[in-house]
Amino acid sequence: MAATALASPVFVPAARDRATIVVAGTAVLALAMLPWALAGGPSALARALAGDATAWPLLVAAALAVVTAWRGVDRATAALAGGAVLWSLAVAFAAGQNGPSFGLGAALALTALTICFARAIARRGVFAGDPTVATIVVVIAALLVLFIFFPVAKSLVAALFDNRGGFAPQLAVQRLFTADIWGVACLSGGTRCGVAINSAMLATIVGVGATLLGLVFALVVQRGGRRYAGILKLMSILPIVTPPFVIALALVVLFGRTGLVTGWLDSWFGIPRSRWLYGLPGVTLAQLLTFSPIAFMILYGALAAISPALEEAAQTLRASRARVFRTVTWPLLRPALANAFLLSFVESLADFGNPIVLAGNFEVLSTKIFFAVAGAQHDPGRAAALAAVLLGLTLLAFWLQQRWIGKLSYVTVSGKGDGGIPGKLPRSLWYACFGTAAFWIFFTLVCYAIILVGGFVKDIGRGDMTLTLHHFAQGFGMDFQSKGTMFSGSAWDSLFTTIEVAAVSAPLTAAIGLLSAYVITRHRFVGRRAFEFLTMVSFAIPGTVIGVSYIVAFNVAPLELTGGMAILVLCFVFRNMPVGVRAGVAALAQIDKTLDEASSTLRASTVRTLTEVIVPLLRPAILATLVFSFTHAMTAVSAVIFLATAKYNLATVYIIGRVEAGEYPLAIAYSSVLILVMLVALIVVQMFVGEARLGRRAPPVLATGN
Amino acid sequence: MTDSSGGVDFDRVSKRYGSVTAVDDVSFSVAQGELVTLLGPSGCGKTTTLRMVAGLEAVTSGVVRIGGTDVTLRAANERDVSMVFQSYALFPHMTVLENVCYGPISMRMDKAKARELAHAKLGMLGLAGLEARLPSELSGGQQQRVAVARSLVLEPAVLLFDEPLSNLDAKLRRRVRQEIRELQQLLSLTVLYVTHDQEEALAVSDHIIVMENGRIAQQGTPHELYEAPASRFLADFIGDANLVDGELSPDASFSAGGIAAPVRADGVRPGAVTLAVRPQRLRLTDAGQGALSGTCKRVAYLGSRIEYVVETAWGELLVFDQEARSARRRDDAVGVAFDRDAVIVLPR
Repeated sequence: MAATALASPVFVPAARDRATIVVAGTAVLALAMLPWALAGGPSALARALAGDATAWPLLVAAALAVVTAWRGVDRATAALAGGAVLWSLAVAFAAGQNGPSFGLGAALALTALTICFARAIARRGVFAGDPTVATIVVVIAALLVLFIFFPVAKSLVAALFDNRGGFAPQLAVQRLFTADIWGVACLSGGTRCGVAINSAMLATIVGVGATLLGLVFALVVQRGGRRYAGILKLMSILPIVTPPFVIALALVVLFGRTGLVTGWLDSWFGIPRSRWLYGLPGVTLAQLLTFSPIAFMILYGALAAISPALEEAAQTLRASRARVFRTVTWPLLRPALANAFLLSFVESLADFGNPIVLAGNFEVLSTKIFFAVAGAQHDPGRAAALAAVLLGLTLLAFWLQQRWIGKLSYVTVSGKGDGGIPGKLPRSLWYACFGTAAFWIFFTLVCYAIILVGGFVKDIGRGDMTLTLHHFAQGFGMDFQSKGTMFSGSAWDSLFTTIEVAAVSAPLTAAIGLLSAYVITRHRFVGRRAFEFLTMVSFAIPGTVIGVSYIVAFNVAPLELTGGMAILVLCFVFRNMPVGVRAGVAALAQIDKTLDEASSTLRASTVRTLTEVIVPLLRPAILATLVFSFTHAMTAVSAVIFLATAKYNLATVYIIGRVEAGEYPLAIAYSSVLILVMLVALIVVQMFVGEARLGRRAPPVLATGN
Repeated sequence: MTDSSGGVDFDRVSKRYGSVTAVDDVSFSVAQGELVTLLGPSGCGKTTTLRMVAGLEAVTSGVVRIGGTDVTLRAANERDVSMVFQSYALFPHMTVLENVCYGPISMRMDKAKARELAHAKLGMLGLAGLEARLPSELSGGQQQRVAVARSLVLEPAVLLFDEPLSNLDAKLRRRVRQEIRELQQLLSLTVLYVTHDQEEALAVSDHIIVMENGRIAQQGTPHELYEAPASRFLADFIGDANLVDGELSPDASFSAGGIAAPVRADGVRPGAVTLAVRPQRLRLTDAGQGALSGTCKRVAYLGSRIEYVVETAWGELLVFDQEARSARRRDDAVGVAFDRDAVIVLPR
């Protein structure tokens, strides 16, 4: 890699690099003064002096790196720093459980040495000689390997071992190809299918259904005129602030065995109470309600991008409304339909919150993985095999999307605004769409109403509608004492932890995501495409798989993180960063590259260009990413349900616990609080962004040079 | 061009992107206090050359010196140059003053001092009073001057202009190019200027370097380039020219289509040559007079002149009547006359 990079033209700074010396010095100080291990205790230097021979090469290399950096021998600095990092990792992972876990000293020293390595290779000409870019790319890539690839790989490898740790490849084959996973008995009249078949079946039904519903909404909002713009707003905000199991909860309240509607049907029409909701019908219904807004957003965008002039052209060619829709609108929508289907498919596969509440005996992959780890059976090998299947299905769907839809898109946006009014739908289609949409919106509103009201009545799940504040008191009670306020409610701990974790992970997510976007869009370097792929890949990994992987990989030395808050933050940061990357790439595409170049010719360093030019111009993207990662961290369930502990519990995990214990009212009360907190956060930020846009008038025409 | 110690020295520089050669073994100098223009059609490598001087592109081979120092391996922010971009590249989130102060503050200059310098330059460019505006609140011409002020404030060894007029309308363009030239001469700035507009190049330059396919086709003063183009491409690219392929006899007589005329050969070897004649150097005469006889095929009245296309034995010739007094019509029989010194003979 280095050889090809050196062959291409680059700039090499002339003088010795002070920052490299400082960073190498930091590494040496960390090795000498800070406790190496997580448990505290001696520094690396003290350990070496006490007889730990493996520490010496690291210490010597770090010390020499300071010297070579001082003398400007970059090749040696790179080799020493890189070698030191690799050596420490090799020693630590070879020792595994028997060795110490990385602590503060190790983390600081290894990070500093990695930066030192990056700066030194940049000065040798890699990354076009830009040490800042080199640092960003190398550090982020290292973090991604450590916190995405390493855990996922480690957990998948676990499928090859039996539960006593013995190597058993035949067991892996057995686990992967059991009828429990792939059985198709239910199709031929048998009782049940394998989990993979169940999941695929559910995902297909939900994919088709959500796409059709999304299309119906998109047609109503886009073609129905301004009157329905409110739906657009609602549909774009609801999925952001709704924890994934909330809809399921509302459905239980409505249609469960003791549900409101079930009760009415029983007493008025004599339809007996049943458990029909628990299983495929219930999960399907819940997922349709949850995911149709996502399909709607995709299809609305596609519909809005179809130039009205095309439909008008068809009309002037004597086509009837029905013929215009059939021959112009529909074919142009096909790529977006495929996209909406695949995205709903993938979301359904990865969904954990709805199935855990509603699936009953209908087993799907995400919940099965959870029970394989957390349940009585505790079988990590089996969980790994199931995770591999889930990951495989998801990646297949994404692969299809890339392969197939990438080629299918029709570009109808010409840049010049075509005048014209979006055509009207054929009358029968319009009524059908309007009716469906109206019913579905009503249904959605009822679900949310249940959640908002449910907390204030005694037991909405059993139809006891006596008003009470008991549930809020139980969850969010406060004792005002002379010594101060006591948060005595049982939900406070998890709410505070959730907000804290979300607040810590949001800025980190935004920083890592947007820095990645910056180097991807603004700099050319060898391995840029690979880096881009690396940053986006966690998007395709279902949360359950990440959760299992983190449990497997970070439970033992040298990376012992489970049980703490750090692992929750890390999990959110690396799961949500692809959204930051996407937002950043999109925003940077709007900012002319000559601004960077102007800054550079005005003697600004890369860091100054970033802080003074790029970051201020990226403010809307930064805020959007902050909001997304904050709300996502507050609503996520699938990954963190594995990682939350009694000490660091999260709101969603706590609510799921209440649901499993049958305490629906508290769960519902808590859900409404959660939605409220996020709505407030969202509104505050929107006001913020709105003001930012008003205060700065539109930027000048940003033409691109030749 | 002799003293390049304070200017730019571009020494056998090439730039390759993979197998594509954008700039091929180009050498030139810009002397201190001189305005040199890189001129050429799009894709000729002129902008790449400019960007290599700025340090925005790295050279594949060769040496770039600025003020006598080798800066080949230095990044843009370590070179004593500044650049006025085609799009101006004003920072949209900063006021005019903040934009102009950006460079000095990058160089860790004291903020008050930076502001003082910026005010001075803004005043010089007639922008006093606009300091607190955002770029979006300025007209195109004002934005352009802010971009110039922002580059000038660093007092760089070399000032680079990348097609600075292309975002202005035609009337403004003429005025701004005069302003740029006056400013350059007043402050005796060293300037490297890129444009694809030959008229603009002729108007502002001390020297012009014409590039074609990544190489230098010809360099010289505007007068030299116009009066003595070195090739068919150059004769055609700078100004209008009639190009006639024919034979040059040893006695300096050019013949094509059966008609011969005496020309000044300027040392061109007899044989196959191309004759280049500027349209305004041709005169229409009454039929039967002049070197060639022909028929008016098209007549266009442009106010300041009349343009004729005349069908002759040498092919269709474009003839300008600068006085706009002759009133020939379509299909009139005419003669075409020229002085032997008014034509350029180019080897083929």
